[in-house]
Amino acid sequence: MNIVKLIDFFRDRLPTVIKFCYGVLALLVVIDIFVDKEHAHTAIEHLPGFWSVFGFIACALIIIISKWYGHLGIMTREDYYDE
Amino acid sequence: MNDFWLHPALILIIGSFLLPLIKGPAKKTFLLLVPILAFLDVFMMPKEGIFGVVQFMDWQLTFGRVDGLSLVFAYIMTLMCCIGTLYGLHVEEDAQHIAAWLYVAGSLGVIFCGDYLVLFLFWELMAFASVFLVWFRRRPESLATGYRYLLVHAFGGIILLAGFVLRYQATGGDLSFGHLDVESPALYTYLIMIGFILNAAVPPLHAWLPDAYGEATVTGAVFMCAFTTKTAIYTLARACAGMDILVPLGVCMALYGVVYAVLENDSRRLLAYHIISQVGYMVAGCGIGTAMAINGAVAHAFAHILYKGLLFMGCGSVLHMTGKSKFTELGGLYKKMPRTFVFTLIGGLSISAFPLFSGFVSKSMIVAAAFSEHILWAAFLLTLASAGTFLHTGLKVPYFIWFGKNNCSQETWDKAADPPWNMQAAMGIAAFLCIFIGCYTPYLYNMLPNKEVVYHPYTAYHLSESMQILLFTAFGFFLLIKKLAPEPKISIDLDWFYRMGARKFMWLVRKPIQTIDNAWGEGYKVMGLTPLMTVSRFWSWFDWHAIDGVVDGIARSVRSVGGSVRRLQSGQVQYNLYYAVSFVALMLVAYVLC
Repeated sequence: MNIVKLIDFFRDRLPTVIKFCYGVLALLVVIDIFVDKEHAHTAIEHLPGFWSVFGFIACALIIIISKWYGHLGIMTREDYYDE
Repeated sequence: MNDFWLHPALILIIGSFLLPLIKGPAKKTFLLLVPILAFLDVFMMPKEGIFGVVQFMDWQLTFGRVDGLSLVFAYIMTLMCCIGTLYGLHVEEDAQHIAAWLYVAGSLGVIFCGDYLVLFLFWELMAFASVFLVWFRRRPESLATGYRYLLVHAFGGIILLAGFVLRYQATGGDLSFGHLDVESPALYTYLIMIGFILNAAVPPLHAWLPDAYGEATVTGAVFMCAFTTKTAIYTLARACAGMDILVPLGVCMALYGVVYAVLENDSRRLLAYHIISQVGYMVAGCGIGTAMAINGAVAHAFAHILYKGLLFMGCGSVLHMTGKSKFTELGGLYKKMPRTFVFTLIGGLSISAFPLFSGFVSKSMIVAAAFSEHILWAAFLLTLASAGTFLHTGLKVPYFIWFGKNNCSQETWDKAADPPWNMQAAMGIAAFLCIFIGCYTPYLYNMLPNKEVVYHPYTAYHLSESMQILLFTAFGFFLLIKKLAPEPKISIDLDWFYRMGARKFMWLVRKPIQTIDNAWGEGYKVMGLTPLMTVSRFWSWFDWHAIDGVVDGIARSVRSVGGSVRRLQSGQVQYNLYYAVSFVALMLVAYVLC
């Protein structure tokens, strides 16, 4: 199966793939410096890489707050509703 | 008015009645033919007009109000009906197809109705047809889940009914289903809105959705994820556009779904929580209410039906093949189900609003409308929620099913394989449409109701913004992946109140009320029965000794007289003659003497 071969190809070269991904992330921030910000809605968006920071913090916040909330007692055993 | 107009719901209803009569190989053809006919019917329909007006008692009922808003919803719903039926083509049980078609017919009925009576009729048809898609799963818990689903929707239906009856009263007989006066809302406006947002699964009226959609059959969930909530969005866009309260409700919804999706271990329940999150964008769009926001809500509903259907088809395929839907029982499946992985990934990238996928051109329109109306908090929070969407549906679902730690049992691993051709074909069509909508924007934008709005999603700034948010979310995902490892737990949601509430009620019935009843019974025995028995015993004694004494006394006298008389009678004729003659003689003597 070609799809499987393709996935295995990348999995075998995982360190290279990870380095490539870091490169892409860096490139995104660099590009953002040069992007025309005419369509920006607020002043804060003019900071270079604002949305990168926003995305990363959003992700971390969602995971940490949700897990904290879940472990308050919202997450419970699977047979909780069984009588 | 002279144009020929056939209600697409009628095609599906007639189709469902004919389905059991068709046997053999023609059945599969018929199964595909009916939804395709309904789709063509919508496709060829006149673009505007009022059709199917019926006089019923004092009321004029309108079954066919056709305009830009109703047509785009009918288009995507009949299209999804075709894809869903193709996906479920292998299902042998007629009743499952019939339930699905009647459910879609209910949605189409609501889409085209012009008044609240017809709306209510089809609204209830939707609930009563779709509950069978839960019951047909036939697990021990399916029955209870179905009843919970039905009771919640019946409750919502009653609120809606109360709303339009009050409106009928207040407006002096107006039943027409149009834009409500949202500037000065009355009680009935809120009641109608609550009826609608219950079906849109707005918290705190949302818990029915993950409960039912996680429990529905594999094909049933594909239908359910498309119709109920999006029909509700149609009604909100039609009646409640610009209602301010919908903006905070929608934003809360978008975030609420994201939080619960982090905690969820069942892939289909996770997708169900993401419906809540995505419908939140549409509800917020309806609340903003500008032409662009309404277009955004409609476009997002259109895109959402396809990518969410695709995601449910993908996770449904895993469930269909392996019998498992929990992340803690799956993992590493890319070698076994590579095509399903690719299709699900396309759905995941679409829902996450990746450039060139459908979500990118629809979701951004709502966020842009929020920014242009200067509702900044809503715009930023919706953007935050979209990071969460990518986190779960774009990353968590594919990663923990197809990669990650292999939690499969040997049996699950052996059973896993790409699903039958029809399921793959349905996923292929949906995947193609997700990419097509994302790449060729006029296809979707030309169908939207407010033609005057111009929106270009593919600006350099928007691309840069989206890619940064998405890829840095992915970065965060891989950094915090240990925290996201699935746990074999369930999360308590607001259905706790009626699930445990019902149990408390049952306990109340069983324990205190039963105890009171028992005590009452005991008290009655002591306080009532004992005196009654004493009184009865007295009367019995009185009866025996007094009344019977009198009666028996008379009886005894009669008996003793009788006995004496009997002694006189020996039974011989001559003695009888003797007594009789003596008696007559005595009488004669008496007569003569006197």
